[in-house]
Amino acid sequence: MDITNFTISDILNGYKEKKFSVGEIIKFYLERIDKLNPELNAFVTIDENAIKNAKDLDNSLARKRFNSQPLFGIPLGIKDMFLTKDVRTTAGSKVLENYIPPYSATAVTKLIDAGAISLGKLNCDAWAHGSSGENSDFGNTLNPWNKDYVPGGSSSGSAVSVAASLVPFATGTDTGGSIRLPASFTNTVGLKPTYGLVSRYGVIAMASSLDSIGHFTKTVEDSATILNVTAGADGYDSTVAKREKENYLKDLNKDIKGLKIGVPKEYVTNALDKDTKQVFEKSIKTLGDLGAEVIEVSLPNTDYAIATYYIIQPSEVSSNLARYDGIRFGNDRSYFGKEAKRRIMLGTFTLSSGYYDAYYKKAMQVRTLIIKDFTDVFSKVDALVAPVSPTPAWKFGSKNDPLQMYLSDALTVPVNLAGIPAISVPAGFSENKLPIGIQFIGPHFSEKLLFQIGSSFEKKTEHYKQTPLLR
Amino acid sequence: MNIKPNAYETIVGLEIHVELGTFSKMFCRCKNPTLADKPNTNTCPVCLGLPGALPYTNQQAIESCVKIALALNCEINNSSFFERKNYFYPDLAKGFQTSQYLHPFGEKGYLDIQVPVILGTRQLAETPESKNDPGQARINEASAKRARMTKMINKRVGITRVHMEEDTGKLMHSTVDGKEVSLIDFNRSGVPLVEIVTEPDIRSGEEAKIFLTELQKIIRYLGVSDADMEKGHMRLEPNISLRVVGEAELPPYKVEVKNINSFRFVEKAIKFEEIRHKELLDKGEIPVQETRGWNEFKNKTVSQRSKEEAHDYRYFPEPDIPPIEFSDEQIKKIKESIPELPSIRVQRFEVDYGIKQYDAQILTKEKSLADYFEQAVEIGKEHKVNPQKIAGFIINKKINIDQVLPATLIKEILEASSMESINEDKLQNAIKQVLGENSQAVTDYKLGKTQVVGFLMGMVKRTLPEAKNNDQIREKVIEMLE
Repeated sequence: MDITNFTISDILNGYKEKKFSVGEIIKFYLERIDKLNPELNAFVTIDENAIKNAKDLDNSLARKRFNSQPLFGIPLGIKDMFLTKDVRTTAGSKVLENYIPPYSATAVTKLIDAGAISLGKLNCDAWAHGSSGENSDFGNTLNPWNKDYVPGGSSSGSAVSVAASLVPFATGTDTGGSIRLPASFTNTVGLKPTYGLVSRYGVIAMASSLDSIGHFTKTVEDSATILNVTAGADGYDSTVAKREKENYLKDLNKDIKGLKIGVPKEYVTNALDKDTKQVFEKSIKTLGDLGAEVIEVSLPNTDYAIATYYIIQPSEVSSNLARYDGIRFGNDRSYFGKEAKRRIMLGTFTLSSGYYDAYYKKAMQVRTLIIKDFTDVFSKVDALVAPVSPTPAWKFGSKNDPLQMYLSDALTVPVNLAGIPAISVPAGFSENKLPIGIQFIGPHFSEKLLFQIGSSFEKKTEHYKQTPLLR
Repeated sequence: MNIKPNAYETIVGLEIHVELGTFSKMFCRCKNPTLADKPNTNTCPVCLGLPGALPYTNQQAIESCVKIALALNCEINNSSFFERKNYFYPDLAKGFQTSQYLHPFGEKGYLDIQVPVILGTRQLAETPESKNDPGQARINEASAKRARMTKMINKRVGITRVHMEEDTGKLMHSTVDGKEVSLIDFNRSGVPLVEIVTEPDIRSGEEAKIFLTELQKIIRYLGVSDADMEKGHMRLEPNISLRVVGEAELPPYKVEVKNINSFRFVEKAIKFEEIRHKELLDKGEIPVQETRGWNEFKNKTVSQRSKEEAHDYRYFPEPDIPPIEFSDEQIKKIKESIPELPSIRVQRFEVDYGIKQYDAQILTKEKSLADYFEQAVEIGKEHKVNPQKIAGFIINKKINIDQVLPATLIKEILEASSMESINEDKLQNAIKQVLGENSQAVTDYKLGKTQVVGFLMGMVKRTLPEAKNNDQIREKVIEMLE
């Protein structure tokens, strides 16, 4: 039996039909990590308790929990921005090289309580600062589709661990595209939920008003399964809205006939790479074939998004990183890498008295305009479809200018500024066999609709069935 | 108008921090600690500023802050938010303090206080009344025999803002294993703190003390804090400057004296600064704008930090806490929960019960005492005991209100007064008889041997066993001797 490309539902079905035990599944994934991780460098820490935790689930009493635990015995990889009690958490930075947290993030606790078994912690750009994964203090994570290419960042290890089937799902954070971009570079499904749907408690803060807690899966269905577990208020994050619980799996099999899907013209410009454009156009055609009405719309302030983002985000970063002074935990500030220092300097400057009005305040005003762009457009269409990145993955070391790196997020940051949800799904490949994703974007709390569209698209295209060749 | 160049007027604005007595801390579920708690026992990821921790607001604290603002006649912002005040200090766990800057919960309020104005001075003989007269405010020992003739007038002190923030941890310097170390106790980190800022309306150390006393009373009435100075519940920072009398502009400088923990020290610090500034100004210098500290051992202020080192706090809206909205209805509800405040109660006691202002002031110092008095008055009504008598009894006998029930108090008052009135004539006869039988003692008294009074009292008591009130007997014996 080849279980290499198993999804969460495949594993759950296998348990149900008693094809394998939890112990066998965990062993399979751990062996695969043993074999492939030394080169891919997706995991930075392996959870030593995984095998024991699996055995605990295999006893007959525990197996009774199968029906009540939606992630019973499902292996999980955790981005190293999420605190894990008693398991080292680094944020990809040497500042926290030896930091063992005394508590776990809410999202982690919820997943574990739902039966998931953590296999360990995943590499990322230090403090989630980056679009390629190259800012990690623990080395690059390689793209399994072509090891000369970046996997995308900042959730580089998360994307690669799922793409390379080291785990069937992994957590991620998306502040400016850190889930969607690597998902689109690795042929995985990446969800960035609405700001305020999933608790940020216990996840190391990058930019607090933009950080969104999401995940990587192989399929849209799996993505909905995970969100069913992670969504909802926990009493520790005051920005999480108190809402009635939704079942995100409910509309997965609904067709998308008659749905109005907008294509923002500002996202499809000449800056788009040839292959990306081709894949995108083909995807639009597919949506049409599925019965959706695809129309061109406008988000007029899109051009200002990157500038706005690179004022608000570093401002918050400069304040959020202040606690890492080495007094109570971790190493001192000299251990900060270049990119973190750059953002601390930028943010300190933009918040300084005399500059605040010209930078931070102005940026917040533009942010309001960007939010209005989306509110206006969602009065005309149900959802939007857009490319995730202007180009497929690039070669390691090819973007040395930080500004060039920042611009790769041009199509993902507007969503973070608006706090709305988006899902990146596999849409095809470039000529040299690099994955290309597209994103569906919806109004606040429209995740169910995004899963519906994503699932229709996925069933029609089945790109997720393609896997990288790994030895 | 002829103004002497060295006649100055003191300009003082106050910043007051009040630690709230809420059950839990401002942004986490940790218990609001007591000083008895061992260091770092009331902490969690939030108040320790651990990675990933987020603030979760304490609704009770916010309502208490709004209560204080309303009691100080502030306008309440229907929409306000928290902001981050960024600075580095080892006791500041997150590297920023969650506070309010642009939109405090309360703004533009005032507090009316009673301050003395000097009408003139007069030579004065030590009389029993002058000892107790509240209007006779004294300046210092040297002028003990010259009392100012003063009158209390109403003075309005503007309240600039009332906002909510959190306290920091505490640094402690000690020696561990022979090494000098700095330790941090985070028990206090995240304790709800209300900051009250006044307009520069205060004109003397004395006025500052009166203002603070009134403010402390209000805070206790509201039940939001014990406002215990010794426990650090209230921390005081006067901003002091001097200008030439007659000028309207604020002086071009001010000196802040930080973290004073007693009203008396505030008064002293202001007086110390007045003299220091005057000396500099007389020389044509402008005092340096700076932060100073009060040294209670040397009785002086000392420079701590000059303006050049002032922080740029890089305030920005706290993204982790959504804006806080108050509907007019909610504000009204909080307003209705505010009890009658001491200044109003003093007036009502004078008018409704006809008691002396001085007594009314003493009785309203603590809400519990004022409540007790009113309960006693209510019970006293049935027995025709007048409120002034009750007031006098409570104050003079220093009644412990926690031990004597109001009904018991009235019973005691009735017993005491029955001893007085019933025997009035009988007592007089008895004394007449005793004085007649002890003519030697009467002669001795007239020669100045006042100690015979005690002997005569004993004789009266023997003659009239039901006479028990010593005060009354002594008074009558002396009266009849003379």
